[in-house]
Order: sequence, then structure tokens, then C-alpha cells
Amino acid sequence: MMEPEVVTALLRKAFPDGEIQVEDMTGTRDHFDARIVSEAFVGKSRLEQHQLVYAALGDAMKGPIHALALKTYTPEAWAKLKG
Amino acid sequence: MDESLKSRIRETIDSQKVVLFMKGSRVFPQCGFSAKVVAILKDLSVEFRDVNILQDADLREGLKEYSNWPTFPQLYVDGKLVGGCDIVSELHQAGELKDLVAKA
Repeated sequence: MMEPEVVTALLRKAFPDGEIQVEDMTGTRDHFDARIVSEAFVGKSRLEQHQLVYAALGDAMKGPIHALALKTYTPEAWAKLKG
Repeated sequence: MDESLKSRIRETIDSQKVVLFMKGSRVFPQCGFSAKVVAILKDLSVEFRDVNILQDADLREGLKEYSNWPTFPQLYVDGKLVGGCDIVSELHQAGELKDLVAKA
């Protein structure tokens, strides 16, 4: 288990410019939904973007977090999506 | 990582064009994310091999390191990691997954 604030803090450290939103999906603090918008994703495939996020979370992915639904966007892609 | 484990991983990934490493089997998925990817592949009528990583701890831990990807399911096409449930779902919604698995 992990507090959503801790997950957010880990992501904030890795993506200082990022717009980060973390939600506890089940109220059990181990299933999260995360959305990250960051310049760090520019020029990277979806796979590489998610690998960056997993690297940022490190050991947290090895137990405390059971599931992470992930959405990553470049600022440009996010602006387009929001219309 | 152990060389024999590495080659076993490589062989399994290359054993078929589309290989899904998942929790449970296609008939009895043991995780919602794995079930979702199975449903998508079935929806596209894709032939795929399912590998239950819950029955093989070496393979499970080895794959995480091999592909720098800490979670399951993991979908491989032509020997390359496509992604987990989120990426597969996004590709499916964008209509891109169909082309990816159809290409010879």
C-alpha cells in the first residue's frame, strides 16, 4: 500500500514540469490511476513513456502498487485532446 | 540475469507472432487487466499464445527485468513488447492494433 500523495511526490520528482494526477481507484491505496502530462514524453513512443514512469516509481512497482492504470501525454497531445 | 533464463524468455517470446504473458489463462484470466487484453485480442480474432506467469515465477521475474516492464499483462508482437493493458487498449481504440497484429 502507498498513499496517493507519495505516488504523486515520486512522479513530481521525476517530471518536475509535469501536470500530474493520481487517483486511488479502489480506496485500498494499491490500485491507482495516473495521468501525467510532461515535456519528457516528447519524441518517445507510448511504450517508452510508460517505461519512464515505471522507472520513476522504481521499487514501489515491486509490491506496494498492485495496479497502475497509466495515461501519458506530451503537452501538445494533451492540448489537442482537451480541444 | 541467468543466460538460460534469458534464452528461455527469448524462445517463448519468439514462439509465435503474438504472445500474451498474463495472470491466468485466456479461458480463466485471474486479473481484470489480463482479461481485458484477452477480450481485445478475441475481438480482433487474433491468433495468440497465452502464457500464465502465475505458474512460472522465474519467467515472471525474468520478464520484468528483460523488458524493463514491472507489470502484467505484457503483449508481444513479432518478438517486441507492445505494452500492457493501457497501451493495448489505446492502440485498439485508435484502430492501430489491428494493423500491428495483421502485418506478416
